Amino acid sequence: MSGYWSGIITLLSINVVFAYGIYLAVATGQLNLGGAGFQALGAYAAAWLCAEQGWPIWATLGASAVVAGGIGFAFAFPILRLKGVYLVLGTFAFAEVVAGVIINSDALGGAMGLPVPEYIDWHVPAIAAVGVALFCFYLMSTRLGLAVRAVHDDDVVCDLLGVDVRLVRVALFALGAALAGFAGGLYAHAYTYVEVQTFNASLSIYVLLYVLLGGAQTAWGPLAGAAFFTLLPELLRNTLPALKSSLYGLFGADGSMSPPDESWRFVALGVVTVLMMVFRSEGLITRTMVERISHPFRSTKSEAL
Amino acid sequence: MLLIQQIVNGLMLGSVYVTVAVAFTLTISILNFLNFTIPTLFMVAGMVGWGLAFFGLPFGLGGPLPWPLALAAGIAVAVACSLIVERFTFRYMKMKHGDSTEHAIPLVSSLGFLLILENLVRISYGSDAQRFPGPGADLTANIGGIFIRVPQLVSFVLVIGLILGLVWVINATRTGRGLRAIAENPDAAALLGVEPNRIVPIVFMLTGMLCGLAGALFAVNYGEVSPQMGEDIGSKAIAGMVVGGLGSLWGAVAGGVIVGLIEMLTIHFFGADTVQAAVWGALLITLLIRPQGLFGHNAIGKGKL
Repeated sequence: MSGYWSGIITLLSINVVFAYGIYLAVATGQLNLGGAGFQALGAYAAAWLCAEQGWPIWATLGASAVVAGGIGFAFAFPILRLKGVYLVLGTFAFAEVVAGVIINSDALGGAMGLPVPEYIDWHVPAIAAVGVALFCFYLMSTRLGLAVRAVHDDDVVCDLLGVDVRLVRVALFALGAALAGFAGGLYAHAYTYVEVQTFNASLSIYVLLYVLLGGAQTAWGPLAGAAFFTLLPELLRNTLPALKSSLYGLFGADGSMSPPDESWRFVALGVVTVLMMVFRSEGLITRTMVERISHPFRSTKSEAL
Repeated sequence: MLLIQQIVNGLMLGSVYVTVAVAFTLTISILNFLNFTIPTLFMVAGMVGWGLAFFGLPFGLGGPLPWPLALAAGIAVAVACSLIVERFTFRYMKMKHGDSTEHAIPLVSSLGFLLILENLVRISYGSDAQRFPGPGADLTANIGGIFIRVPQLVSFVLVIGLILGLVWVINATRTGRGLRAIAENPDAAALLGVEPNRIVPIVFMLTGMLCGLAGALFAVNYGEVSPQMGEDIGSKAIAGMVVGGLGSLWGAVAGGVIVGLIEMLTIHFFGADTVQAAVWGALLITLLIRPQGLFGHNAIGKGKL
């Protein structure tokens, strides 16, 4: 397999794992805009344990999930008292504090970053992504998954019917944090270098968009969202240069300043986001759609409500 | 003496944060909407102003403009962008009930616009920081050993005047009454003859104007613009808004000043690297201990997004 494709598969797998981490929180109706913080925790845990303590890869990957999950669990209790805008701001603030602490700590290399001695190629992230996806599908089909759906739709009624809303939310938030940390651990080993600038606010935004645009109603959503937005720029690779030169003329800028290529990818992501919110705000893949495809001859009218 | 100098610097820096924080507060208190395009509008005004002053008009219509004219055009572009955002986040938004994340729709749309605007600016002007050709930082006044840049002092006074004007508009005019009615209960306001489609664009126009002005003042004061300049200011303004209290105009003013002071005093006592952690730590502590902030109303942002 060529280096080009293995690079794409690695990136795709890490994004899928990360997206499932955020999905688990969003599935209970909690928007987690602090994904980069949890990923940074996992990445730095793996990098530090590997570089300073000499742990083997399987142990550092496990530790990355445990560290991020543990901190997510401890953080979930106070933060899930907040709702709506406050929760979004709280998780956002958490990610910034994590970045601020890392950049000031000499043991973690500060702003210089931390090299990771052990390298994994695309097999490990790909297997991990498949495993995580299967785990999330299984989780959503259990009684806990049913409770998650119910909490998402109406937490008050859920509480009345005897579901421990707080437990469900904290559990899913912590589990999601662990998956985000695991994605960070995979990132650290796949790219053999971690620096805190990678885990910025934009990353938190992108991954939340993957989940919401893919659709947070079923476990198919994050998979579709992450796959679509990781592969889209590769598909657009040929048509974009023409567009770019025409825009140069439009704004009167000459070609001497070369803008980074990935800008177009993010413009496309933004346009898709805005259009999706206007035309199909529940995300690409909805529960009804999955049911229609899996039972094509059953009438869905009675389930429409 | 150095400490007093830092406090003065903090106040001056705070006035930029205050303007952006007030813009955030307007959309949150009236529309219950966390508008993530605000930092981008701030950046658009500065970058477009720089582009017009450096390259001139698009399509080769004219040479470089003098900087005050270019900045005025930049502010106009920011207002126009803000109105486009209004179209796609509020005007065409359909609400379907029974989904607890549906209140997130405008927020997610605004994240999409953040990506679009920021990356379009990057594509047209490159992602490097640029020197803004203005009076810059050269004019300083020495008041009893304290150095104050004249443009900074002018913008400080301008910001205070602007906010007093805004308070007057909201409290004493017919439009302001409409705004407050929509903030209280959009449906009841619509029934009683307030037209949301006429009033809501006013909020976005004010938002664009405040952000544009802040961006223009920033460009003149600090003599530098870049596509990234909105991120830092935006995050500090959000922190200020939350510390001051969501939904309170004077809370945003106080919060912005407090964040400016925290930043300068942290630099003075601990060094520049700890600023991010200190500001976001203050935000996180506020959220955990007193979520409504110093002057906030308890009801805003709770349960709704």
